[in-house]
Amino acid sequence: MNRGLLTALAIARKDLQTELRTKESINASASFALVILVLFSFAFDLGREELYAIAGGLLWLVFSFAGALIVNRSFARELPNDCLDVLIASPAPAWSIFLGKSVAAFFLLFIVELISLPVFGLFYNIHWTQNFPGLLLVMALATWGITVVGTAFSAVTVNIRLRELMLPVLLYPILIPLLIGAMGTTTALLQGEPMFGPGATGEAFASLRLLIGFDVIYTSLALYMIEFILIV
Amino acid sequence: MLAVEADRVWKYFGDYPALRGSSLQVPQGACMALLGRNGAGKTTLLRIFANLSRATRGEVKIFGDASRGDVVRRKTGYLGHGIGVYDDLSAMENLLLFGRLLGVENPQKAAIEALERVGLERVKDGMAREFSRGMRQRLAVARAFLHQPELLLLDEPFTSLDDRAIAVLQSLLKDALARGSTIVMSTHQIREAMELATDVALLERGKIVHTGPQTPEMLGDPGWLYRTYGDRQVAE
Repeated sequence: MNRGLLTALAIARKDLQTELRTKESINASASFALVILVLFSFAFDLGREELYAIAGGLLWLVFSFAGALIVNRSFARELPNDCLDVLIASPAPAWSIFLGKSVAAFFLLFIVELISLPVFGLFYNIHWTQNFPGLLLVMALATWGITVVGTAFSAVTVNIRLRELMLPVLLYPILIPLLIGAMGTTTALLQGEPMFGPGATGEAFASLRLLIGFDVIYTSLALYMIEFILIV
Repeated sequence: MLAVEADRVWKYFGDYPALRGSSLQVPQGACMALLGRNGAGKTTLLRIFANLSRATRGEVKIFGDASRGDVVRRKTGYLGHGIGVYDDLSAMENLLLFGRLLGVENPQKAAIEALERVGLERVKDGMAREFSRGMRQRLAVARAFLHQPELLLLDEPFTSLDDRAIAVLQSLLKDALARGSTIVMSTHQIREAMELATDVALLERGKIVHTGPQTPEMLGDPGWLYRTYGDRQVAE
């Protein structure tokens, strides 16, 4: 396998290993997501149809906020003991460091989303298991988009004192197209519309294409630019 | 052949020139001590050599390569202000990770040998965060020497080390020099540095005002170099 990819795997494994030991971002992110879901369930008193109409939006707002807590730590966890310097000085290409960190953040956020889904179903009485494979696909694509953009901005803000504040300010405007796509597809899938085949209106598929386009564009941009971000 | 070649290197932080046209040549096998007061630009220059920062102007070549691709970086070891090891990984896990990143052929074997060299083999499975300060410093030294680099870039290597870590580091540096490795170290601690240094460069306010071989005067009187070259050059 390509040496850069092996390096990315080593870094992803290291990030997941340290996160599973410290649980510093996954605990914060998962509890934040669950608390927000529970609070919203008390805040809204909606009928069944209205609830299904906003379900996708609600879910992705929670996931994107939870995601910011995870990606915030992506590069910040390299700051103690100046580990980031050692990573950059090593022969590991900058793109592989970035890719490894994005993969680790992706898995962490995906775990948080999988934990949140049953709570969401329970408190909002929404049957999220229908179209589950389609939902998983949308979650994977949108989560990758959040983590790849978030990890890039985590690198941009890593040496800023107010990085916890700056990251969401930079991140959410860029995520707008992705979130629109994810919300649209998720709402359609939760309402029982299949993504392909008979009964499909094409709305879910169109949003899915938006997600794929976003992922391809921002992943390529981030992989190309990360060296200029890390070495100034 | 030159291990490090800096040609009129400038580095600006905003409007402030941290380096002002510094030029330096370090032949292979030399041990160059970069000396200078706080803020003289030693760390900035070393960070540019280590590919952690880009020169605003000028050119830096490592082993004749200005692009500093992964082949050159594989030959380089860096020990900065921080120890550069992960607190939540064990000593062995830290060295295995860096072994993989550095492209070491057999990371397991290299990690065990490195731990033996710094006397940490008995605590190889202990978490770095549970180590004493001295043990963490020795782990950092093991990490920097893991791949037996041909060029060692050390930023204040003796600062805040305990006696045992200083002894370990000096012994590893002597071995590295005997193998033909090149060392560039920035330091305030002239006495420790002079035990190893073959050459000396003095930085004053971002400029290299003197380079040359180490002389007996430098060993005898730590202030001699500054009095002889530093203040006079800045006054000019």
